[in-house]
Amino acid sequence: METKNQLIIELHVNNHPGVMSHITGLFSRRGYNMEGILCGTIGEGETSIIYLLVAEDEKLEQIVLQLKKLYDVLDVKVRKNYDHAVFYNIEKLLAKGGV
Amino acid sequence: MKMTGAEIIVRLLEQKGIEKVAGIPGAANLHLYHALKESKIKHVLARHEQGAGFMAQGMARTTGRAGVCFTTSGPGATNLLTAIADAKLDSVPIVAITGQVASAAIGTDAFQEIDTYGLTVPITKHNFLVRKPEELLTIIPEAFHIAESGRPGPVVIDIPKDVQQQSCTFEAWPVFKEPGKGRPVTTNEVREIALRINEADRPVILAGGGVNTEESAALIIKLAETNNIPVTYTMRGIGCISPNHRLSLGMIGMHGTRYANALIEEADLLIALGARFDDRATGVSSNFCQNSEIIHIDIDASEINKIKKADYSLNASAEDVLREIIPFIQVNKREQWIDRFSELKSEMPYVSAPEEGEDIFHPLNIIKSVAHHVPEDSIISTDVGQHQMWVAQVWPFKNPRTFISSSGLGTMGFGVPAAIGAALANPRKKVVCFSGDGSILMNIQELVTMSENNLNITVLVFNNQSLGLVRQHQELFFSKNYMATQFEAKPDFPAIARAFGISGMDLTTSANPLDDLMNALEHPGPVLVNVPINTSEKVLPMVRPGAPNKDMIY
Ligand SMILES: Cc1ncc(C[n+]2csc(CCOP(=O)(O)OP(=O)(O)O)c2C)c(N)n1
Repeated sequence: METKNQLIIELHVNNHPGVMSHITGLFSRRGYNMEGILCGTIGEGETSIIYLLVAEDEKLEQIVLQLKKLYDVLDVKVRKNYDHAVFYNIEKLLAKGGV
Repeated sequence: MKMTGAEIIVRLLEQKGIEKVAGIPGAANLHLYHALKESKIKHVLARHEQGAGFMAQGMARTTGRAGVCFTTSGPGATNLLTAIADAKLDSVPIVAITGQVASAAIGTDAFQEIDTYGLTVPITKHNFLVRKPEELLTIIPEAFHIAESGRPGPVVIDIPKDVQQQSCTFEAWPVFKEPGKGRPVTTNEVREIALRINEADRPVILAGGGVNTEESAALIIKLAETNNIPVTYTMRGIGCISPNHRLSLGMIGMHGTRYANALIEEADLLIALGARFDDRATGVSSNFCQNSEIIHIDIDASEINKIKKADYSLNASAEDVLREIIPFIQVNKREQWIDRFSELKSEMPYVSAPEEGEDIFHPLNIIKSVAHHVPEDSIISTDVGQHQMWVAQVWPFKNPRTFISSSGLGTMGFGVPAAIGAALANPRKKVVCFSGDGSILMNIQELVTMSENNLNITVLVFNNQSLGLVRQHQELFFSKNYMATQFEAKPDFPAIARAFGISGMDLTTSANPLDDLMNALEHPGPVLVNVPINTSEKVLPMVRPGAPNKDMIY
């Protein structure tokens, strides 16, 4: 699977219902593309980790800086090594159960 | 302690030192208003929530401290949106407390339910939806901290009515943290930048809204004078240096001075301080300062390299950087560069009005006459249009926070309510609002608020019987096709003012217009003056939209 020019932005965020809209809102408002998104709570559920699959282009620096400004974003890391399979075979998630 | 959510909100606002709030009550914030009854906080009833938002802005823009406004849910909150978006683009600290339907009703399309949280995500610095009254103890101090720290901005706190009503018990009041001023700067960082400045042959300072405070302004002047660096500023930077200072280039950009736009292109070093390279300031940004190195100092890291790539940057408070850097700056006369500045200045005179006495109604002459007549520390608000640009061009602003104008969003309707906010926060100062016959109608209802509070405000309506600035674009760039910019009905503004309970005066019919204008300015309460302006007057010079700054029409 082609993965070049893509990378993962790893976000550590506070976990409450509005956080996702701040992050996705930032992407749509600033015209950035998000190719994939994966999210889950960690620890006691106070915080979550979000993985965003994005293009590696000249907008990346701005995206990261804008994400860092969000109040509920505790940490931002850019990851170049990742297993892309999860984003490309997303339909397999439900394959076994059927419904 | 045991208190309702509404009581907690009011007590916390008092502890924060809030003396005045603007707002409008409704079903979803009645508990809050009920609790306000017992408070010494003065509530100023606006007549439209956008007005309340701009009043909060007027307080904030003139003091640097967060202004507060209240609205109910649904239409109250949607009416407020423009004022919030405006605060975001101009980095103005406001805290908007919006009522929301009861928690249990959220998501049911209840009466006056809208998703205030969702709607305000893209136009706030941050926003909160409060779920329990005890959360108010952390959220309210945090909201003020966010609004006032670093690069300021608007914060919305959406509070369901059951959260206002319910009681909770708590041990102690929270403490309000001092606003954050950014990370400390190190000597090594500033030394490098100082070296660049000392070595430059042709430096120019570009000052933005981030340095529009007393402290920063004094430091900029010190830096500029020590090293002889010409200073230009954006509209949000107006007031950081007097336009009459020998090193002032005046305003940059679309309606800035020709010599600022020209000299900056000859610079070998641009020192951008708290400025964000807005397109109204830079013109086509790729053409802007192509041949100079850029030092960019901004408290918001995401502004650095956003529009212009910086050769040297510091993500810190410009005020702190200036303070640290000045000891390393060498005295330099820069005779050649300053000569070049003087040369351009005489080759390219800025805007000129007809000799005073010849055409007293020329907008620039009216502005100059008013400026001569009011105290130097007066606060000037404007609406949006030609009148705004004329004021920005010729009013001799010497002090930060004295020019309040919607710069980033360019919102017509800003002037009157912002002037009210300014007058509320500065009861001993004179406030003058320059408006247009288009803009004033966008928040005309707030003349009632002005009257009710008997504020010391003179509203000057520059009446050119058109949406002048748009008409100007049609004249210059749309083959004089004046679609929808010429008013057919001509409202009697002084009569409207009187109907709202404030004095109204019309210079069109006065025998001694200048004397009448001066009398109006001396009148202690609110007055509106209709000033006839020739429809064909234009704001010049001007950068054609999409053109580089140096090619100005004049
Ligand atoms: C809310 C809003 N709507 C539309 C505009 C577009 N606009 C910019 S200037 C202007 C004309 C303003 O007319 P007026 O207030 O009479 O001022 P003048 O230019 O005539 O001095 C308009 C319509 C705007 N800036 N804000």
